[in-house]
Amino acid sequence: MTIIAVPNKPWAKSPVDRVRDLAFILISIVSSYVVVAVTPMKGKLAYAFVLFATYAIVTGLFSFVTRGAPAAKDAVVKTLVAVGAILTVVPIASILFTVLKNGLPGMHKGLITTDMSLAAPTDPIIIGGVLHAITGTITLVVLALIMSVPIGILTALYLTEIKGKFSGPIRFLVQAMSGVPSIVAGLFILSAILYPITKSYSALMGALALTILMIPTVARTSEEVLLLIPNDLREAGTALGGTQWRTVAMIVLPAARSGLMTAVILGIARIAGETAPLLLLTGGGDKVNLNPASGPIGSLPYYIWKSFNAGSPEAITRAWNGLLVLMLLVLILFLAARALSSRKISK
Amino acid sequence: MSNATLTPQPREISTEPRRSDKVFRGVVTGGGLTSLLILGLITLFLAYRGFEVLKEEGLGFITNAEWSISTDDAGNVLESSFGLSAMLVGTILCSIVAVTIALPISVFSALFLNFYAPQWMKKFLVAVIDMMAAFPSILFGIWGFLVLMPSVEYWAKLINKYFGWIPLFEVEPYFFTRSPFVAGVVLAIMIIPIITSVSREIFAQAPLDRIQAAFALGATRWTMIKAVVIPHGRSGVVGGAMLGLGRAMGETVAVYTVLNIVFQINWHVLLGAGGNVASLIILKFGEASDYEIKALMAAGLVLFLLTLIVNALANLIVKSTGNSGK
Repeated sequence: MTIIAVPNKPWAKSPVDRVRDLAFILISIVSSYVVVAVTPMKGKLAYAFVLFATYAIVTGLFSFVTRGAPAAKDAVVKTLVAVGAILTVVPIASILFTVLKNGLPGMHKGLITTDMSLAAPTDPIIIGGVLHAITGTITLVVLALIMSVPIGILTALYLTEIKGKFSGPIRFLVQAMSGVPSIVAGLFILSAILYPITKSYSALMGALALTILMIPTVARTSEEVLLLIPNDLREAGTALGGTQWRTVAMIVLPAARSGLMTAVILGIARIAGETAPLLLLTGGGDKVNLNPASGPIGSLPYYIWKSFNAGSPEAITRAWNGLLVLMLLVLILFLAARALSSRKISK
Repeated sequence: MSNATLTPQPREISTEPRRSDKVFRGVVTGGGLTSLLILGLITLFLAYRGFEVLKEEGLGFITNAEWSISTDDAGNVLESSFGLSAMLVGTILCSIVAVTIALPISVFSALFLNFYAPQWMKKFLVAVIDMMAAFPSILFGIWGFLVLMPSVEYWAKLINKYFGWIPLFEVEPYFFTRSPFVAGVVLAIMIIPIITSVSREIFAQAPLDRIQAAFALGATRWTMIKAVVIPHGRSGVVGGAMLGLGRAMGETVAVYTVLNIVFQINWHVLLGAGGNVASLIILKFGEASDYEIKALMAAGLVLFLLTLIVNALANLIVKSTGNSGK
């Protein structure tokens, strides 16, 4: 009679372990209710605190009894680390939830076909819409794209293809530029262009400020993408007699195409909801304005800001609704960027 | 027939780039230097516009707390006093509160993502946290004002009740609404994704052989983290925290919605009176006269230099922990 050794997994959890883990969780939940009922501590904060504290103590004690002090510390840290992750995620969940809850009532059919030229923020939500804000945001983003994408990609090319003597300082400056507060970018355009030259609000002014904020995002993401392009491709290009210009334009950039798209989309996501410079530079009109060079122009952030500051319940609903539209925009852009970046090197 | 042998001339080899390459290099270098140009121009123009006020106020622009201007009917300035000290103190206070709250949470969640979470959960959470980093600040501002603020005020009252004997947590008069603490909590939620992703990337670079060595020697997960990951990532995490600090200092809209701006230096975190340079600019911009605009430009310059220094330090620190500047 032969005995066949059955491979077992000593590290896998046995049913007993599973029951015990569940019991620990149950103990913590029950004790949180008991403590809140008995002591003067009240509220959600008390529940959460007692729940995690008991869980840490119970698992810690159990590990101490079975495996000693280091295991006890390990168990306590495990709880702490999980609490950290939960505290990171809870605000996101809360933001998504409240924006959906408060923003959905503002959705109506005319929302994206009418503007606010005949409505005040305090009017019932059914009057007026966000057409002017959406067209304005698109105008601003497109203008900013036209200006910032070439500069951003050229910067990335300088850092990866030319690797000239300014590489170090430029990499440093691009990083520094990504920390420029948006309001400072707005003040700069105000002082350098709006006051001395054009003297009036326009989409172009807003877009210039957004360009300053977008360049570092595009440049840094593009640089990372270009670094991923295998050097073989560049060497092959040179070996075939291509000049550097031909190699970069015909081989490197096409190979990095989808990665560069990701960079552009992340750049758009960075600026789509930018508010402070638009408050200084665009004037925030209530009418659809398709002329980028002159006249005040509305935008989603400006619309949200204006509605929020109007303060009445209708206006607040408008603000939430605007936030919902803006968040959907960012969400779509972000998903697009992720879908593209999962294949950073095109075939 | 001539007998002269045709000796082939050696081909002239030149390392001189072709004209197309010269143009290409010129254009790319020009594009690369734009960032230098823009940063230079920002400093130059803000300094130029703010010069008059900076000269008038001198060092008092940084050390005074008063911000007032009076004009006659024709718009001539009769009297003016511009000082940023209350705003600077407020900015620093809010961002320090934010970093103090955000740093431990971010480090713990980065550890969780790298060493505790199952793979599927890690992927999902990383995507969610990266997305949160791209949320517009106005979203945080309005959510903070309408949803978060009541809870935070309640927490502030609890802190005051139990730790009120510490001078920092004194509240006199008893007024908690829109305090630097509230702004700090909102900012903390904004910068948690940033610090988390920087820390996560740095922890992920902890040498695998040493991690395995620690486990082979019988270390628990926490002892391994303490012995290998934390010594490796410490300065990188500090750099990440500084990046968060820089972001918190320059934040405008989110702070403006939840902060009560008072022109008086206030170090009490829980008291409903704070200051913030960026919010000051939004607050005063609407009805500012020409001269006051100049003062706001000067304030912008101070803010710009402040964030530039913090960011530069942060980048240096992150870079010094090896190839982790991504």
